[in-house]
Amino acid sequence: MPSHLTTPDLSKVDQERLAQSGIDLSMNNRCGSFLQMDQDVVHAECSQEGIEVLSYAKAFEKYAWLKDYNWKMVSPDKDDVTKYVAAQKDPKGYVIIAHKGSSNIFPIQACLYLGKDQIQHVHNIIIAEEGAELHIISGCTSGEHVGKGGAHYGISEFYVKKNAKISFTMIHNWSENIEVYPRSASIVEENGVFLSNYVCMQPVKKVQMYPTATLKGANSVARFSSIVIATPGSLMDLGSRAILEGVGASAELITRAITKGGTIISRGHINGKTAGTRGHLECKGLILKDGVIYAIPEIEGSVVGTELSHEAAVGKLAKDEIEYLMSRGLDEDEATATIIRGFLDVKINGLPGALQKQIDASIDVAEKSGF
Amino acid sequence: MLQVKNLYVNVGDKEVLHDINLQIDDGETHVLLGPNGSGKTTLLMTLMGYSNYTVTKGTITYNGEDVTNMHANERAKRGIGMLFQRPPTISGLKLGKMLTAISRTKQENIPEMAKSVHMDNFLERDINKGFSGGEIKRSEVLQLMIQNPDFVMLDEPESGVDLENISLIGTTIGTLLEKDKHRANRKKSGLVITHTGYILDYLDADKGHVMCDGQIRCHGNPREILKDIKQRGYKECLECRHT
Repeated sequence: MPSHLTTPDLSKVDQERLAQSGIDLSMNNRCGSFLQMDQDVVHAECSQEGIEVLSYAKAFEKYAWLKDYNWKMVSPDKDDVTKYVAAQKDPKGYVIIAHKGSSNIFPIQACLYLGKDQIQHVHNIIIAEEGAELHIISGCTSGEHVGKGGAHYGISEFYVKKNAKISFTMIHNWSENIEVYPRSASIVEENGVFLSNYVCMQPVKKVQMYPTATLKGANSVARFSSIVIATPGSLMDLGSRAILEGVGASAELITRAITKGGTIISRGHINGKTAGTRGHLECKGLILKDGVIYAIPEIEGSVVGTELSHEAAVGKLAKDEIEYLMSRGLDEDEATATIIRGFLDVKINGLPGALQKQIDASIDVAEKSGF
Repeated sequence: MLQVKNLYVNVGDKEVLHDINLQIDDGETHVLLGPNGSGKTTLLMTLMGYSNYTVTKGTITYNGEDVTNMHANERAKRGIGMLFQRPPTISGLKLGKMLTAISRTKQENIPEMAKSVHMDNFLERDINKGFSGGEIKRSEVLQLMIQNPDFVMLDEPESGVDLENISLIGTTIGTLLEKDKHRANRKKSGLVITHTGYILDYLDADKGHVMCDGQIRCHGNPREILKDIKQRGYKECLECRHT
């Protein structure tokens, strides 16, 4: 049993904020943890045999071959964010390696906590070697008093080897002053599976990300699911991209977006480059209060035999659905919340129960505050 | 139980129901007949409290209380329930979740009730998404079983349903309306729209009404009225001005 995570410097409120971003301090349902507070790595361990959770610095001390995985999926010259992280003399972040054939039933939690008005930078490398199965929950949050100027720059590179699987569930629980710029990319080899889930139910000043999965191997699979609510003042520029290269590769990009006054740009791009590949992109948006949902689905096929589709819909809550539930005895607020809950209820195939539960819990918190 | 007096209803700017009068006593089941577009569903939706249906004149009294201006949920709480002919599909909302929301703290055995109407495999399905005609009706009946209303409105419960399912739906609705009890002991009441009359085999209806052009034109024995309509159609009803 892994030891409890201790966060002595955090107030109760901030510990609660950690919990809301999916971090289980008791470690009851986790097999390992990484905790970085601002730029200090305070915890990195894993009790699961065959899986290592290391700080970026320690990992490079231990494994010289990691250089072959460093800045290979994400270019350091991509933009100002990557340049900033690449220029750091003392890089932070984590490396998680699931060695050949290993697997974890209880997920590893990676927590990135921002407590000061500064830029927190991380560079993460996640590797599932042949036949390994690795589940990670990444909880990102900030202290309640962090003011303007707080930002998080995160580079993540995922390597899903032959017959391996990675699920990565990221729950954001920032605040209205924080800007967040994840830059991530993954490569999936033969029969590999990459599941990427993103949940953000709380205010944030700006999130901008466009994770990309390159499905290199035959029959490789990627599924991106995003469940987001934009509150007034929030700008969420979110996308996901799948490049289908291996024969039989398939991808699914699903987004459920609600605006309560904020702006959501929901991008998506599937590029079918090989015959026998399939991809589907789906974005459903609900406008509860005047805000913006701008869906930009792109599907690009360049060979005979790739099958791609997309479906995008933006609208309001249907009155007849609300009244239907009211005719069964629910009041208007209950009926509305029940329908929104259903709208956000995306069940992700292949995700362990503990992680699906965590996603549901994040939505529960939003539901309790009336969405 | 239910009294409708001089009721006029608009849908948008158009008056659809004109001077409706109806009284349904405790334990009675009435049948509403009439050609398509005559206003039968409008009457039921108005009685349920849907906001698109505006009462411009008249009153709806339920158990002595004026419910004319009440929202649907307030009427439901007082014991009014409805089986919809074409209920909406709600993406993402599972039937089981909805049933739990309806049941509140009543602690019904939802899986067992679902099984009794062959809907136990639908609890994890989005409500009405891809349901067949019979499945929609069984889902509606299941919701009503949990809601357990005192006054049940049924909008064409047999439409789109095969004969085997009509028997299941009819029997279940019969139980909801306490048709298994002696007439003198029945407290629950119903108002049923039917075109075929198949459902009447299970409901033992007390009175029939014929609606044409937004008016109730005549009242009488439901089976006799139905027999007349089957033989002669609605032509005479449409021409009839006797109310």
